[in-house]
Amino acid sequence: MASTLFDKIWQAHCVAQTGDETLIYIDRHLIHEVTSPQAFAGLNDKGRKVRRPDKTFATMDHSISTRSLALDACGPTNQLQLKTLAENCKAHDIELFPVGHQKQGIVHVIGPELGLILPGMTVVCGDSHTATHGAFGALAFGIGTSQVEHVFATQTLKQHKAKSMKVQVNGELGTGVTAKDIILAIIGEIGHAGATGYVIEYCGTAIEALSMEERMTICNMSIEAGAKAGLIAPDKTTIKYLMGREYAPQNKDWDAAITYWQSLTSDHDAIFDAVVTLDAKDIYPQVTWGTNPGQVIDINTPIPNPGDMDDPIEKISAEKALKYMDIKAGQKLSDLAITHVFIGSCTNSRIEDLRAAANVAKRGKVAKEVTAIVVPGSVSVKQQAEREGLNKIFIDAGFDWRLPGCSMCLGMNDDILQSGDRCASTSNRNFEGRQGRGSQTHLVSPEMAAAAAIHGHFVDVRQYVKEV
Amino acid sequence: MTQGFQSHQGTALPLDQANVDTDQIIPKQFLTAVTRSGYGKHLFHDWRYLDLHEQEPNPDFVLNKPQYQSATVLLARENFGCGSSREHAPWSLADYGFDVIIAPSFADIFYDNCLNNQLLPVQLTPTQMNFLFDRVVSEPDTVIHIDLANQKVLCGTDEFKFDIDAQNKENMMKGLDAIGQTLELDSTINHFEGSIPPWRN
Repeated sequence: MASTLFDKIWQAHCVAQTGDETLIYIDRHLIHEVTSPQAFAGLNDKGRKVRRPDKTFATMDHSISTRSLALDACGPTNQLQLKTLAENCKAHDIELFPVGHQKQGIVHVIGPELGLILPGMTVVCGDSHTATHGAFGALAFGIGTSQVEHVFATQTLKQHKAKSMKVQVNGELGTGVTAKDIILAIIGEIGHAGATGYVIEYCGTAIEALSMEERMTICNMSIEAGAKAGLIAPDKTTIKYLMGREYAPQNKDWDAAITYWQSLTSDHDAIFDAVVTLDAKDIYPQVTWGTNPGQVIDINTPIPNPGDMDDPIEKISAEKALKYMDIKAGQKLSDLAITHVFIGSCTNSRIEDLRAAANVAKRGKVAKEVTAIVVPGSVSVKQQAEREGLNKIFIDAGFDWRLPGCSMCLGMNDDILQSGDRCASTSNRNFEGRQGRGSQTHLVSPEMAAAAAIHGHFVDVRQYVKEV
Repeated sequence: MTQGFQSHQGTALPLDQANVDTDQIIPKQFLTAVTRSGYGKHLFHDWRYLDLHEQEPNPDFVLNKPQYQSATVLLARENFGCGSSREHAPWSLADYGFDVIIAPSFADIFYDNCLNNQLLPVQLTPTQMNFLFDRVVSEPDTVIHIDLANQKVLCGTDEFKFDIDAQNKENMMKGLDAIGQTLELDSTINHFEGSIPPWRN
């Protein structure tokens, strides 16, 4: 029978079956300070061990300062959480990339850049943006802390198989339109819960043309449509990216891996439970206007009117969102004055993101009413950016250049917005209060964020990119 | 997990809002703790309190309404628990005193997290939810009975069947230690590990 890529990875990881419940094997377990301490405590209480510390990797990212390498820089509770991670990793013999380490960074940035994530793997992490790793054709998804404990103890997880959805994006993207705009447009199309219960496979010529980092941006936000995971079939781009990475297989193992990876595509006659098709030429730079990532429009569309919405739930949500965001139906996005810009997060903090933002930033200065920060995704990204002089471009333009971490995406450190602050953010969630109580978040691409910083309001970056 | 969940009876609190995300259920500033307990007082912090220090309850928020103070069943709307995977969300709901959440749909990770904490997520149709919301808003003392064995929600003379996966149901009812169960399959896992190709090991 014809199989999807998801079917193939699932089959290859099935350890046992009980009714509709499958025990699947986990190849990579990524952990961080926020969702692991209670799992370690559970293990310790029962005298259990981590079954495969060699398949478990830890980093510090959520609760850390982006201004200082000191663990106590964000107060004693954050410090305790970070110290607890270090102690747990030591006790259980898990490799940790702590603050200050050459390999430290946001968990979903360092995993790929170290070559820890390979096609055909199963990858889990106590973090909903684990879907990022699906860019490699790995089945990767976020789990809760009880499940983290289960993976620690057994290297497996009990799962019910999700349905499959094919999201095909055909054609070529226009200039100034990015992977972030593709995924925001997809979420806008299918809705904030449109893929709940599904694993998405992204395909089509517009997806195939993307770099690995762009594919990570796409898969990263699968959860924002409710999807369990997002997948992109591995190809030459994937193999080229992985070759020579520190933890990637070598020599004979590498050859064997490549042979297998080439089989990791959905069969041409595979049947998906749902299919969505978009044309890349219809996608323009996107900006979220509301309080979930599905409330998104292109830069030149006026803020929608809830009165025009047929679905009563959508209508009520929109009314509430307009009120929270302090905006009005019919308003232009270019009329909204912003106070902050955040370039970073597991969605958009990789070197290509920073290059793209710098390419716009070098054309002007951050508007005087705007505070703008750039937070690289990892030590490695930061160093590469500094070698290329991107830090200098940002600093000269008036951006703050920070240390790697999750930072203002969720504000578990001191990178927090105040009530009424309006932020153009390259992160993944525009939920109420996400970046600080009462703050207003608009999700955009790195190029759009940099342009908004310069103008003090949203602008259509396509005009900008053409000038460059 | 030792105590099984058989059934539950209690009054309900109507949270009439779709797409309630886990950032709303428990905001980030409370995620720096390293324990599983003590989150109930911070549940729905931004909506529940007018101030950052949780001294001034917001009288307009349903959790602060006097008629719903003893509620143990949460009525919610579409896509409840979306967003972050933080298990702190079900921890805070359970710690506050909820035993059951009834909604037309749940986010996937949140749903699993509830099951792993003996907090029963029950899915009913939007029409059935409207009925329960109307009832609880007009008569806050309405007792709702959730019978897991028979997969029924009973409200007065009305009853609604609900679906739940057989394995999830058994685990909830027996209060099984999921890890302990899997550890019994140790030799099966060992055997599986023996078949993993070197490049993936």
